[in-house]
Amino acid sequence: MNTRKYLLPAAVAGVLAMSLSACGGGGGGSTASSGGDAAANLDGRGPITYVQGKDNSNVVRPLVDKWNAAHPDQKVTFKEQSDQADQQHDDLVQNFQAKNANYDVVDVDVIWTAEFAAKGWLQPLSDKMSIDTSKMLPATVKTATYNNTLFAAPQTSDGGILFYRKDLVPTPPKTWDEMMSMCSIAKSHGIDCYAGQFAKYEGLTVNAAEAINSAGGTIVGDDGKSTVTSAAAKAGLNNLVTAYKNGNIPTQGVTYQEEQGRQSFEDGKLLFLRNWPYVYNLAKTDGSSKVKDTFGMAPLPGKSGPGASSLGGHNLAVSVYSQHKATAKDFLAFMTSEETEKFYATQGSLAPVIGSLYDDPTLVQQLPYLPVLKTSISNAVPRPVSPFYPAVTKAIQDNAYAAIKGDKSVDQAMTDMDTAINSASQ
Amino acid sequence: MSTLAQPKRAPETPSPKPKKGQKEVGQDRAATSQGRWAFWLISPALVLLAVVIVYPVVNAIIMAFQKDQGLDPVTKVFVSGGPAGFDNFVHWLAQQCGSAACAPGTLGSQFWSAVGTTFFFTVVTVVLETVLGFWMAVIMARTFRGRSALRAAVLVPWAIPTAVTAKLWFFIFAFDGIANKLFGTAILWTGSEWPARWAIIISDVWKTTPFMALLILAGLQIIPAEVYEAAKVDGASAWQRFTQITLPLVKPALMVAVLFRVLDALRMYDLPAIMTQGSNGTTTLSILVVDQIRQGFNSAAALSTITFLIIFLVAFIFVRFLGANAVASATPKTKGQEK
Repeated sequence: MNTRKYLLPAAVAGVLAMSLSACGGGGGGSTASSGGDAAANLDGRGPITYVQGKDNSNVVRPLVDKWNAAHPDQKVTFKEQSDQADQQHDDLVQNFQAKNANYDVVDVDVIWTAEFAAKGWLQPLSDKMSIDTSKMLPATVKTATYNNTLFAAPQTSDGGILFYRKDLVPTPPKTWDEMMSMCSIAKSHGIDCYAGQFAKYEGLTVNAAEAINSAGGTIVGDDGKSTVTSAAAKAGLNNLVTAYKNGNIPTQGVTYQEEQGRQSFEDGKLLFLRNWPYVYNLAKTDGSSKVKDTFGMAPLPGKSGPGASSLGGHNLAVSVYSQHKATAKDFLAFMTSEETEKFYATQGSLAPVIGSLYDDPTLVQQLPYLPVLKTSISNAVPRPVSPFYPAVTKAIQDNAYAAIKGDKSVDQAMTDMDTAINSASQ
Repeated sequence: MSTLAQPKRAPETPSPKPKKGQKEVGQDRAATSQGRWAFWLISPALVLLAVVIVYPVVNAIIMAFQKDQGLDPVTKVFVSGGPAGFDNFVHWLAQQCGSAACAPGTLGSQFWSAVGTTFFFTVVTVVLETVLGFWMAVIMARTFRGRSALRAAVLVPWAIPTAVTAKLWFFIFAFDGIANKLFGTAILWTGSEWPARWAIIISDVWKTTPFMALLILAGLQIIPAEVYEAAKVDGASAWQRFTQITLPLVKPALMVAVLFRVLDALRMYDLPAIMTQGSNGTTTLSILVVDQIRQGFNSAAALSTITFLIIFLVAFIFVRFLGANAVASATPKTKGQEK
């Protein structure tokens, strides 16, 4: 009788305790940079965790197994995040803010590296932590550098490619104007001419940056201030605006992300497609692809030669809160070694960052687009390397979208973009 | 001389034996000990609610008065911004970025249009859902064969997670999707302003009408059938029965349902975020908040607080002036009738 009287409150207290323990994780940590964290644990060796978004091509697990077999006392645990870039970003932010020591080596998209470095979350890769970047493509190293310090190791790269129907257009266009003049061929066959990614999302920033950079303009200068009001930048955006106005970019092009454009191209309804190299495998092997043997790949057309593709890709970084940084550094070197890069290319169709691999005969045999991709990446211009990147990309997206749809003139769009980019760094 | 003159009056509440020196012991003592018991039993839930609800809200309000991190020009690293007073709120309400007006392309320039869009969505979707929900509820209130199957089937749109619904309608409203094929049109549903808004309204109404229908159905079932019969006998037409009997008696349940829907619609996020990513004039306040979180927490906290105040104001108007009795019973309270 006595115990039953206290059973209910005890049970309730137990449930409460369990629920409160589920609210683990602290509130916001300190916001100032901690020089102390960067200098700590430089010689620590032990088990580490590697955090990356979804491993769609199953390249990471074999590599981690290989490392674990060779280093049984410094085992790596692979933590897989979601496959949505925004969610990966938010997950990393939450764990860095909580100073989680369990996130040792993290995979960061090229556009987040500056932001995380400026927040003091990434270990500078200098002195004891330095790695060899001499063989890597300069554009990729630029994305991993912030304030003249290397904060991450380039791991994979990505560049824009022009997919074209080689049965309708035997030689690919070398300049934008040439490509626009070939749109009559598309019209005569009743298909759309050119599409990229013009929906209002990060892909639009990529395409707008390519248009601006290919025409000789830039988006931000070295001081971080916007340079989009130059005549070259306006001319670049005007290319897209004019193409949409006269129908060379189809009306539904403003709703296209990567997949919609790929679908249209594979259905044979598109003559030229700007997309990432991943389309190659799918267009060649998809059951529903109507262009299996009739498509080719070329570098993006520019003003008077190859255009400036936007650089995609991922970098590997070490967290300042890691307790085993020496192990992390060795793991970094392993994951960016030539052998691993080759494995990424053959197994996952992920572009390597080591320049010499693009000329390697075995790789080229397996991935025939490698020479085209090398031209693309050699001429690539990274998107603005800014710690305020979310605000900068929003400024570009909103105004480029309005200009392309004709809601604003190009001049007005560039003026607004200029003000918005500059106010982002306030 | 009967020994059974009066029936023995039973005490109103069971009471323990009266102790010495205690007056009218039974009720007081039971109430106090029950009161104490109740307090201890409720306190764990209260503590949990305080941690999960009160602490984040209070923390967000405190954060709203701090500046976002700024870039130290020398070390190029982010440092704490310090107190900001009302700057964050001015940034949003007056659309000021620093000393100048916010340029298009920044989040600050979208506050008032987001408020307008949110209210537009709320009013249109709630009106449509109420009308359609009422119609569905009236049908479901009748007795016919298969009524329970209909009631279960009607709930399916509400049961599907909103993200799935959004993707579904995204494909339906694609340029070469079913919507255009069926009507033979070439509308750029997710690419132009008004089509995008109507696309979102249609999918939201599809999803949430069952919810309204069920809440209104619950209200309809309270109305006793005799009232209708009496009205029929008196010669009231169907329309008169509807407006003079159904509407007034369903009003309490209806107002509660409308209040819930309005509060939900003011916080709409997933549908516009997935279908149009907030482009073409479909950015709601919640989308603005989530976008701002990636650019600066404290400003987002300020926007969140403003959203909270707007929704609180709307709810207050509903409860105070429109008589939505969310907590008490369906019958109106009158003094002196409390038990």
